[in-house]
Amino acid sequence: MNALGQSLLNFWRSSIGKKLIVAVTGIILVGFLLAHMAGNLLIFQGRESMNDYAYFLHHFLHGVGIWLFRIVLLGAFILHIVTTIALVRQNRGARSEKYACEATVKASLSSKIMIWSGLTVLGFVIFHIFHFTIRVDPDLAGMKDPGDPSRHDVYGMVIAGFQNPLVVLFYIIAVTLLCSHLRHGIASLFQTLGLRSEKTRVAIQYAGIAIAIILWLGFLSIPTLITFGAIEDNGEAGKHSSTTFVIDPPKC
Amino acid sequence: MNLTLKVWRQAHADDTGSIETYPAENIPEEASFLEMLDIVNERIIEDGGDPIHFDHDCREGICGMCSLTINGVPHSKETGITTCQVHMRKFRDGDTIWVEPFRARAFPIVKDLITDRSAFDRIVAAGGYISVRTGAAPDANATPVPKIDADAAFDAAACIGCGACVAACKNASAMLFVGAKATHLNKLPQGEPEKDKRVLGMVRQMDAEGFGNCTNQYECEGVCPKEISADVIAKLNRDYAAAAGREAVE
Ligand code: HEM
Ligand code: SF4
Ligand code: FES
Repeated sequence: MNALGQSLLNFWRSSIGKKLIVAVTGIILVGFLLAHMAGNLLIFQGRESMNDYAYFLHHFLHGVGIWLFRIVLLGAFILHIVTTIALVRQNRGARSEKYACEATVKASLSSKIMIWSGLTVLGFVIFHIFHFTIRVDPDLAGMKDPGDPSRHDVYGMVIAGFQNPLVVLFYIIAVTLLCSHLRHGIASLFQTLGLRSEKTRVAIQYAGIAIAIILWLGFLSIPTLITFGAIEDNGEAGKHSSTTFVIDPPKC
Repeated sequence: MNLTLKVWRQAHADDTGSIETYPAENIPEEASFLEMLDIVNERIIEDGGDPIHFDHDCREGICGMCSLTINGVPHSKETGITTCQVHMRKFRDGDTIWVEPFRARAFPIVKDLITDRSAFDRIVAAGGYISVRTGAAPDANATPVPKIDADAAFDAAACIGCGACVAACKNASAMLFVGAKATHLNKLPQGEPEKDKRVLGMVRQMDAEGFGNCTNQYECEGVCPKEISADVIAKLNRDYAAAAGREAVE
């Protein structure tokens, strides 16, 4: 192997090298989540905004854009998972003898369940892709925008997709665990990258918690409001008319 | 005061070991934790038993030789002190106290509560030094050091190499120790020229010894008797990234 290859192999083999890979892929994934949440919130603008946005995503750079995006994201996701599993296995081996009396001084609950929150997110992502990206349900796949029947009705699909309370419940559990992952993960990546000091430590910790809460509210507002009937599909095309905010849903 | 001890007994490195129960009666409140063990050991010896083996040396908090995980916390839950500085007045009459060794695969148990912490020595030998000319000692002020760097280096140099950070870490990671040892030299003009070599060498040795990876949970910082800040870990991470990058392209 040449010298550069050897250096890269050393980097992968080292504990800090692997941690740096987790942190960098973590940033890519968090960046994606923020953008994804902002896009999703267009549902509150109505059918036209939501479907225009979806159309844009599928057609920018002549349709190549979304694939570039997906490749980077999938690469980061797989690298993150492979690396964290390698780390967790090494860590369990390093503390093979457990304490009879085990105590925790500082570690947060979120930090202790990283692998479990992560694996739940993995299961969720697979489900979510089949649900809304590949659309295995023909009813969801076949929905057409009433304003422009040549394109898919993402707006209607999301509302129809969240009519099943079990699906909504799974979304709530998974997104809550995702935000637990980030409650530790965001502050943690600054430490891993060496981008924090004693002065910025507390601020970064609170910023991480704040981002986790914003993501939690942003993502879960959609399925919960649909469940409680605050967003309904009235079948109309157009911008604002299609979203009805029903604060007090009719009892009938 | 009267106490009950739950102590890890292990005859030798390959023994499986187990927790044994000992009464510790009539212990004076002013005794230190190690003196309490001395008293219990005298009674065990009088009864013809094998005394509880534990490490210690200075008994004044500076050598880093004493260890013990007391009720699940290395050096006990008292902050900023070593086991030898813990006093029995911190416990209550009738308490049950769990006494276990510093556990980590990289710190194999020699006997009872004594662990082999020589992995730390090998990490220091892999870069925790500066190469200097032999000869007369240079003049103390020949190399000016900014106060802020001198203070940061001094804080890191307070590490006594006890290994509590490893014992407390859920992953038995040695990052606080390595961060402290690397930072204390990296921060000074004398240590700066060998910074990359030091960081790469020490981290490589740390991994080879079988310590775990840091998950930024800061258990180490919570138990360190010298209150070393996990800042040194952030610094080590950054220095490692820079050193590995330079090593890859140069
Ligand atoms: C959208 C998905 C995800 C995001 C945004 C995300 C984000 C993060 C971030 C920011 C960190 C902290 C990195 C650091 O400490 O430097 C992290 C750590 C971690 N992630 Fe994820 N992650 C995601 C998915 C997953 C998945 C699917 C797994 C499953 C294996 C996983 C397992 C872990 C583990 C175990 C750690 C702790 C690693 C350590 O500290 O050693 N993550 N994640
Ligand atoms: S960093 Fe603290 S706990 Fe770790 S070896 Fe040094 S003095 Fe002991
Ligand atoms: S015996 Fe020296 S520090 Fe405790």
